[in-house]
Amino acid sequence: MPRSDKKNSTQVLAKKPTGINGFDEITGGGLPAGRPSLICGEAGAGKTMFSIEFIIRGALQYNEPGVILAFEEKAADLETNIASLGFDLKKLQKDKLVWIDHIHIDRSEIEETGEYDLDGLFIRLGHAIDSIGAKRVMLDTIENLFGGLSNEGILRAEIRRLFTWLKDKGVTTIITGEKGLNTLTRQGLEEYVSDCVLLLEHRVVNQISTRLLRVVKYRGSVHGTNEYPFLIDEEGISVLPVTSLKLDHEVSSLRVSSGIPTLDEMLGGHGFFRGSSILISGTAGTGKTSIAAYFADASCKRKERCLYFAFEESPRQIVRNMASIGIDLQKHKEDGLLQIHGARPTLQGLEMHLLMIHKLVRTFKPRAVILDPITNLITIGSMSEVKSMLIRLIDFLQVEGITVLFTALVYEKDNAVQTDEGVSSLVDAWILVRDLEANGERNRGIYIMKSRGMAHSNRVREFVIQDTGLELVDVYLGPKGILVGSAREAEQLNELTGVELRADALTRKDRELERKRTVLEAKIASLRDEFESMQDELNRTFREEELTKQIKEKNRQKGGKNTKQGNSGNGKSK
Amino acid sequence: MAKASKAKTSKVNKAAPKAEKERWQLKLYVAGNTPKSVAAIANLKRYCEQHLDGRYEIEIIDLLVNPQLAAGDQILAIPTLVRKVPVPIRKIIGDLSNEEKVLVGLDIKPVKK
Repeated sequence: MPRSDKKNSTQVLAKKPTGINGFDEITGGGLPAGRPSLICGEAGAGKTMFSIEFIIRGALQYNEPGVILAFEEKAADLETNIASLGFDLKKLQKDKLVWIDHIHIDRSEIEETGEYDLDGLFIRLGHAIDSIGAKRVMLDTIENLFGGLSNEGILRAEIRRLFTWLKDKGVTTIITGEKGLNTLTRQGLEEYVSDCVLLLEHRVVNQISTRLLRVVKYRGSVHGTNEYPFLIDEEGISVLPVTSLKLDHEVSSLRVSSGIPTLDEMLGGHGFFRGSSILISGTAGTGKTSIAAYFADASCKRKERCLYFAFEESPRQIVRNMASIGIDLQKHKEDGLLQIHGARPTLQGLEMHLLMIHKLVRTFKPRAVILDPITNLITIGSMSEVKSMLIRLIDFLQVEGITVLFTALVYEKDNAVQTDEGVSSLVDAWILVRDLEANGERNRGIYIMKSRGMAHSNRVREFVIQDTGLELVDVYLGPKGILVGSAREAEQLNELTGVELRADALTRKDRELERKRTVLEAKIASLRDEFESMQDELNRTFREEELTKQIKEKNRQKGGKNTKQGNSGNGKSK
Repeated sequence: MAKASKAKTSKVNKAAPKAEKERWQLKLYVAGNTPKSVAAIANLKRYCEQHLDGRYEIEIIDLLVNPQLAAGDQILAIPTLVRKVPVPIRKIIGDLSNEEKVLVGLDIKPVKK
């Protein structure tokens, strides 16, 4: 029985949503309700911001008034800081949703003699909580007490008592603490707060900073254990869960055209799946951006919005360049179907980029997103960071059912098989455009490395960029191997002349035969004539003989009756 | 540090005559009838009678009764003795059991050399 009780109590561990984007997802609901949580981190890590947001969002979104007990900043300073987030603290105070008390200790004006306790603090806090019926409390930073009062023994005992007291009051408390050298907090506050400890960090790599949040401990609850990047911007804190990788998003079996009919043909005749992720990788100058622009163009022509992130070129540059191959992106831009967002990757950290993408996607609501190219992001993060960012991006877009197309630059030395960012395993379709260099010229070959869930061509096509646009041409597969470019053209010409020649040869042979036939026929005719004349001759001789025979016969008969008249009668009959 | 030494010199020359005229406004913050509070009140009264004969006012504030008053004087620790007048404001926390420290803290008596 005690066992089942215990189980029940862990299962029903109540949580208070913080209202901070993404944080509630990581912790499965927020901070432990009615218990103190410790947030530690170095100066500038965002501890105060996090706590303030917890209080204010609690007051505004969850109707839970909160008390801010500031040991560091004065109420007026706090107000300005909070105003930068767009909250009017004065109004909140007037509405009795937030109570701010600034606790200031100046060691120089304090003399300690004998025993004391911190009942004053308890009373002030208790008074604040009771006045507005607070459910949330923030103590920022209680460690400042150690600077103001010298009797550490009393302080420690009192702080311990304070946390127990807050727990008894049933308020959800956030305590901030400065990170110590080897401990989470300088004064070891983590000893006293045993329920939930968060660590905020601010890491600078290659001059670009990333804020990270980690749930060090969360008693009685499952929580994400990763370091989650987070951002502070004009809307407060956004924690980006590395992924919500449950992989259970809806999938679509609808297809969208790539904008290049011949490419669609290679992809089973219909193009990409809607909501899938597509990677186009290739060496420099192979036309990745052109393919991306075609895709954008196709999307806009379907009256679907498209969001284009250009990390290398400015929007105008892209519009101009694409106009040269017959794509009018300007028109789509004016129609509000296309938004090109140009930014250098080094402008901000990866997480900021991710958030920017998130935000733009949320506001613009595109059906297709293009990132061109993702390779540049590597300049601001390590490979694994870029990969993790892209995983999260793909994840987010797939959940929203948005088709995403990345382009990636590969270096020739890599043999063009692996993309730098290692995203090839994540994407649904991977198209490789590469240089085929032979006979002193470079040509572009395109092939589909993979395309999940559809029959696709295994042929290498030649990819030709002309004024009129892109075209995929079958490469020439001859006895000498793959031929492209002018070699292909020459071979095609060769083939064509061959055909001509063969045809020519054929007609010549035909004529010869015809002639032979006429000759033979003539021969046959003359032979027949000969034959006929011979036959005539034969007939004549025959008849002559016959006639002579008959006459002789008659003559003989006449001679038999009257021999004297025989001669004259013979002559008469003739 | 500098402040302390300055205070020391001023005590010898001016503070004594000044202390003659001025009244001492003292506030003692307590929270209920805890032993510490009771001890503090008793100690304070004793010191005042001994050293400030008639030139003082003691206001005892029970924060359990008036919690809103704690913020005004930045009270954290209980008991806290606040000297409002003469300026500068001085605070002495604890049960005031160390007489010498209290008197130095309140500038009632020059530090013995």
